[in-house]
Amino acid sequence: MNRQEALFHYALQMGDNALIIGQRLSEWCGHGPVLEQDIAITNIALDQVGQARSWLQYAAELEGKGRSEDDLAYLRPEFEYRNVLLVEQPNTDWAYTIVRQFLFDVFNFYLHAELQHSTDSGIASIAEKSLKEITYHLRFSSEWVIRLGDGTAVSHRKMQQALDDLWMFTGELVEMNELETGLASSGIVPDLEKIKPLFEARVAKILEEATLIKPESPYMQKGGKQGLHSEYMGFILAEMQSLQRQHPGLKW
Amino acid sequence: MNLEQQFQAKIDQEIKIEPRDWMPEEYRQMNIRQIAQHAHSEIVGMLPEGNWITRAPSLRRKVALLAKVQDEGGHGLYLYSAAETLGISREELIDQLHEGKAKYSSIFNYPALTWADMGAIGWLVDGAAIMNQVSLTRTSYGPYARAMVRICKEESFHQRQGYEILLTLCRGSEAQKAMAQESLNRWWWPALMMFGPNDTESTHTEKSMNWKLKRKKNDDLRQQFVDATVPQAEFLGITIPDPDLKWNAERGHYDFGPINWDEFWQVVKGNGPCNKKRMNDRIKAHEEGAWVREAAMAYAEKRRMRKEAQATEKVA
Repeated sequence: MNRQEALFHYALQMGDNALIIGQRLSEWCGHGPVLEQDIAITNIALDQVGQARSWLQYAAELEGKGRSEDDLAYLRPEFEYRNVLLVEQPNTDWAYTIVRQFLFDVFNFYLHAELQHSTDSGIASIAEKSLKEITYHLRFSSEWVIRLGDGTAVSHRKMQQALDDLWMFTGELVEMNELETGLASSGIVPDLEKIKPLFEARVAKILEEATLIKPESPYMQKGGKQGLHSEYMGFILAEMQSLQRQHPGLKW
Repeated sequence: MNLEQQFQAKIDQEIKIEPRDWMPEEYRQMNIRQIAQHAHSEIVGMLPEGNWITRAPSLRRKVALLAKVQDEGGHGLYLYSAAETLGISREELIDQLHEGKAKYSSIFNYPALTWADMGAIGWLVDGAAIMNQVSLTRTSYGPYARAMVRICKEESFHQRQGYEILLTLCRGSEAQKAMAQESLNRWWWPALMMFGPNDTESTHTEKSMNWKLKRKKNDDLRQQFVDATVPQAEFLGITIPDPDLKWNAERGHYDFGPINWDEFWQVVKGNGPCNKKRMNDRIKAHEEGAWVREAAMAYAEKRRMRKEAQATEKVA
């Protein structure tokens, strides 16, 4: 794989993370626990889909085969999607959604803080712009982790449950795949080994404030970054891609 | 002049009534009813379009639809705030909605079945709403009038966005154009019903007009809407499903066929295709959110107590 191809695959991976979590968050629109939070979570969904567009546009440009952001989003099958397993997990309830967002935001924050200094100017500029949004997302999700963890007995129990259930999807966030290892060696992406302790420290700090206990999961689930997804992924794409699949090749 | 005469004099002079001004109890109640109904319509109105966010056919459309539905939530927020200035809480208003005591616009009891409906809702439903809301920017109650100014700006953007969705479909494939026509067939008559019953049948019109709660009559607004919309349909190249629709040069307006008021009243009474689903969705969101709201309050209380304890320590 040459540099251009590696960059293309990395832009896809980043775009897929943003798109799939954006798609999940957008399921909340109109159904939030309180109007202000309905609006706030939709705002994050908007940011995530917006970031997905930037990455997929960049990927399309790098590939240079005339594919568009929509071709990449709507016409790739499940196995070509490279998002981490965490982002495709279902909303379930507000606790799961907040925990999923928090874990993703912490990782995403440190990743983008490094990516804005990437030796690839395309990546650096997308990362710099996205980091502003992600900083806000992280503040929002951290505040909600604390509020619900340290809220009532019911909210504490729900948050701990969500954390216990989602924890096994965090390993994959900070474990390099072959693509990332290659790109890290030329300074295009950071070494995730460096991000891992930052991720762990920030998570530990917020969980402590939230009176939640960090799960001790001995085994982590992975596969998303290699295109091997959970059962949820097929349904996400079936729904998202339905019109483009029913009516191929049209403008909307 | 007594209080009521002074109040009427202000209204006649186009001076806005503000929250702390004296007002007849009936004026207060009519305003609460109207603003709440409007707020509820925004919130329930998020549901039919929300139904298509995850299936929007391009990323650009997905972002636009998300932003649009989010705007509706924002409108609901400032309308509830406007109603609260009249001495009722958002919780009470939401309870009234869920108990079936408050109404919302009946149009949202119709289903959004195809992507073209995202176009038709923007073009026709928001279009009809704007006709009404533009006239309400001059309503006599200050907070409501000001909320309307802000809302109208966003609504007209939504309307153009909806029209543009349909324009894209009508300039697309045969299947897309058929989708647009089918959508217009379903939404046209319910959109005309949005202006409410004929003025001869409407119970509140006279008092509403005197108090300038309402600035234009239902039938006048409906006519204005038809006149504005017919040329837009012609430009799209789709046909309004009304055989009686024709230009009347003498009146300077389009004539249109009879509205099925039986259907209108059935939907108002709860027998529309989606009344139960819409209410169940709202109640479900509210009930499933209860623990979140309780936890947020409990946490705020804990924080307040901790701060107080810290302050006491410092003093000691």
